[in-house]
Amino acid sequence: MSEAPQTSTAPRAPAPQVAHAPIEGPRDAKMRTRAVNLWYGDKQALFDVDLDVNRHEVTALIGPSGCGKSTYLRCLNRMNDTIDICRTEGEIYLDDRDIYDPDVDVVEIRARVGMVFQQPNPFPKSVYDNVAYGPRIHGLVNTKAELDELVEQSLTRAALWNEVKDRLGDPGNGLSGGQQQRLCIARTIAVGPEVILMDEPASALDPVATAHIEELIDELRRDYTICIVTHSMQQAARVSQRTAFFHLGRLIEVGETNDLFTNPQQQMTQDYITGRFG
Amino acid sequence: MTGEHIVRSYDTDIDELVNTISEMGGLAESQVAGALAALTRRDVEAAERVITADARLDEIEEKVDQMSIHLFARRQPMARDLRLIAMSLKISNDLERVGDYAASVAKRAKRLDPGLQLNAIGSLGRMGALVQDMLTDVLDAYIERDDRQAMSVWHRDAEVDDFYDSLFRELITYVLEDPRTTSACIDLLFIAKNLERIGDHATNIAERVHYILHGDRINRVRSEPA
Repeated sequence: MSEAPQTSTAPRAPAPQVAHAPIEGPRDAKMRTRAVNLWYGDKQALFDVDLDVNRHEVTALIGPSGCGKSTYLRCLNRMNDTIDICRTEGEIYLDDRDIYDPDVDVVEIRARVGMVFQQPNPFPKSVYDNVAYGPRIHGLVNTKAELDELVEQSLTRAALWNEVKDRLGDPGNGLSGGQQQRLCIARTIAVGPEVILMDEPASALDPVATAHIEELIDELRRDYTICIVTHSMQQAARVSQRTAFFHLGRLIEVGETNDLFTNPQQQMTQDYITGRFG
Repeated sequence: MTGEHIVRSYDTDIDELVNTISEMGGLAESQVAGALAALTRRDVEAAERVITADARLDEIEEKVDQMSIHLFARRQPMARDLRLIAMSLKISNDLERVGDYAASVAKRAKRLDPGLQLNAIGSLGRMGALVQDMLTDVLDAYIERDDRQAMSVWHRDAEVDDFYDSLFRELITYVLEDPRTTSACIDLLFIAKNLERIGDHATNIAERVHYILHGDRINRVRSEPA
């Protein structure tokens, strides 16, 4: 995809038209974190986490409840800033820019690093307006025709267009759960992000809707870099190229998904993925 | 498989596994053909080629192992997918064994006295052709998911067994008539046994294809002609 300017807040090209980024080929880190420590008040929640999120790959974060995987995910677009007692140390790079630098525009970061949550949370607006909202407030389009095109493109990329094209004016929260989640993905895509963070995106969905989301994730990685938190290690195995296992705020092991689930290097990983603790 | 998975990359993975088995099957077939050429035409070069190429089958078997393990771990296959992947593991083992027997036939063919003229060699050629057809047909049955063809292979195994029994008697007769042929006849007897085992593996594959398609076993007792 076309790289956005890294420091300016000038409108970026919206979602690219053509998927030309190769899936195979040299792997490089889109996001890098080094020695990330995080506290909620006095309680430390992350300990020295070093992790790379590779371009055009799905990186899955797994681990038992309270292991820090969601906390870590929320560091990647400074979503933890919204929690008053939260304090973060360490380096978190998006390309070559530390997103915690004082002069970074956090609104721009969150446009470049979008997020999809566990519960589908469409705005109480029409399907169209849900997707159009971001591009409007970020000033990404100038005309109604451009906006129409961007909405269609985003819904198409989220594999939802065919199901909603005849009812764009209907309320977004009138869709099925799986459709609402794809609407939220379309809303995220509409502002032209480079990275998409997903926090349990399918845990509120039935197996068929889950499979559609997983297929969509596989498609989206052609154009975006994805980091996903999931309670389901089976889902991590299905959707990701790399998997990171967290326990008690520490990154225990990260590796190729094929390797991590068939031959983990750490005893703790082995115990967790075989259901021996957690 | 019937229908496609919602997650298309799952289909890609399964297709890749089936294609790898198919590649392995093609190689096993050509190994058997090469071994039979070495035997019936006394083609030493063909024998050498078979012996060398055997390592390639072992490599593909390991590849199938890895692919299957990854599929189990990553896709959590169910029902027919589960049967297909589990049986593909066993089929690759059958094909690897077929390769070993072909190599063994080639080694024995290579050391037979070039001047040896025994009718049994012609019989072995015919037995080999029968086994080759079984192998070809059962691989088609696997790729085409064709139970009728698998069953036809399964029934033909009885013919191969009969062939082996008659060759056994024939070779024993040669030895009794002329003890100087003992060494050659023992080699030919082992070759017959190897071909018979290749037939058994083709039959195993037929049973596995049936299991993939229907989830149950073929009734193992063949109805004997009255």
